[in-house]
Amino acid sequence: MANKFTSYNKEVMKRFLHPKNSGEIKNPDAVGKIRNDYCGDLMEIYLKIDDKDKKNPRIKDVKFQTMGCAAAIASSDVLCELARGKTLEQAKKIDNKLIIKRLKGLPSIKLHCSVLGERTLRDAIEKYEKKNSEG
Amino acid sequence: MKQIYLDNAATTKVDDKVLKSMLPYFTKRYGNASSQHLIGQEAKRALEESRHIIAKSIGAKDDEIIFTSGGTESNNLALKGLFFSHPEKNHIITSKIEHDSILNTCKWLETQGAKITYLDVDEKGFVNIKELEKAISSDTLIVSIIHGNNEIGVIQDIEEIGKICKERGVYFHTDACQSFTKVLINVKKQNLDLVTLNSHKIHGPKGVGALYVRKGIEITPLAHGGGHEKGLRSGTENIPGIVGFARAVKIANWKDVKKIKKIRDRLIKGILKISNTKLNGAEGEDRLCNNINICFNNIEGEAIGGYLDANGICSSTGSACSSNTLKTSHVLKAIGLSDIQTNTSIRLSLSRFNTNEEIDYVLKILNKIVRKLRRISPIK
Ligand SMILES: Cc1ncc(COP(=O)(O)O)c(C=O)c1O
Ligand code: FES
Repeated sequence: MANKFTSYNKEVMKRFLHPKNSGEIKNPDAVGKIRNDYCGDLMEIYLKIDDKDKKNPRIKDVKFQTMGCAAAIASSDVLCELARGKTLEQAKKIDNKLIIKRLKGLPSIKLHCSVLGERTLRDAIEKYEKKNSEG
Repeated sequence: MKQIYLDNAATTKVDDKVLKSMLPYFTKRYGNASSQHLIGQEAKRALEESRHIIAKSIGAKDDEIIFTSGGTESNNLALKGLFFSHPEKNHIITSKIEHDSILNTCKWLETQGAKITYLDVDEKGFVNIKELEKAISSDTLIVSIIHGNNEIGVIQDIEEIGKICKERGVYFHTDACQSFTKVLINVKKQNLDLVTLNSHKIHGPKGVGALYVRKGIEITPLAHGGGHEKGLRSGTENIPGIVGFARAVKIANWKDVKKIKKIRDRLIKGILKISNTKLNGAEGEDRLCNNINICFNNIEGEAIGGYLDANGICSSTGSACSSNTLKTSHVLKAIGLSDIQTNTSIRLSLSRFNTNEEIDYVLKILNKIVRKLRRISPIK
């Protein structure tokens, strides 16, 4: 039952306590939803996609809802910031290393929470592409 | 920021009077209790006076108290000590909600040839007495059951268990680290053979504890050396610590227990007004006066703890996310909580230093935090 808050840096704490990108998007074009294999926590992200350029759809807006630890909430917040405005091809390249970099580091035992972010975004993009290739 | 400390099951503030009682034994009466000169004998007297206070508080005789470095050592000494001095029996009965210092000692003893039965508990955390009775066989050496649980506060009926153990001729050990001075312990009335006590949960210093061992019971020491504590725990005695421990016992009283219980019940009542919350563990008199454990559903324990901390409130959680091993609390699991419920639970543990004003503040903040985190959570 150790207290972990002192092992998070200021950036992580700021985003955990005051996330800017939490919430829902009405009628999202895609939803990514992944459960963390390690702890059972849940992350969801919602995408609004601008597909005027059919070949190169772009993430117009993105929001998250997360049931998770401080690292998971901070990772979600950063993830939204990294994804907003990117084309899907660009967004696919967002990985947990980039999330950690933007967070200025995570305790090693919390790295998996940033992987949860990477996986949730990819899940959303995959679902969008699948839906559009079918339709 | 002013801190509101609600993590007294982890450890407590040393009472100012306790600290004051200890200080002379660092700088004036600093002798080794084994020395024959005046300063040594002053230390010896303090040691024996402290032993008497602690023995009396549980209805034991002075020479049945062995001072140790704390709860962990006492639990190790009780189980390993009995096991190695009684090679004719190898079965130990314990429960699934013990402190790690019992569970991991049992796990290790399994590698030394012990057979361990880990008893289930019901949804409140109670050991089933009939099941315990059924588990006792001719190979059974010890029954070790925690008195007051450190996570959910459930208080076991040690008198009933003691009675059965006496009838069946097996030793009964109880880990009373959390219940000591909060629930009556009487080794005669309750038929206790070994009892683990510690100091830092009762506003005494850390690194001090005791093991009560009923006269006539043989145990093997963990530490061999100069033969201190009847040869059961060698090493120059920690006199300042022991003096502080005894002072903490002396200060503790039933009026404070009543007061803490009132504050506890106010806080529980206030928290349960928040929607979708549930109290984990037993209620009322079956629960330690200072323990609260709440499942908030849909929001993660570490996150609640982080927001509380940011508001100057110290709490603790059984959530996997906050443990170094990413394992959820074995106690909450044992009372039937799912992984998610465990991950969404926090513990608040009180002391006599908490006030009603603090509780008002905590309730106000907690309401705010839960609303905010539920907004962030995808599970509604
Ligand atoms: C029930 C219980 N047993 C044993 C211990 C271990 O005590 P100590 O920290 O003194 O080693 C604790 C507290 O940490 C406890 O709560
Ligand atoms: S999300 Fe559970 S540990 Fe981070």
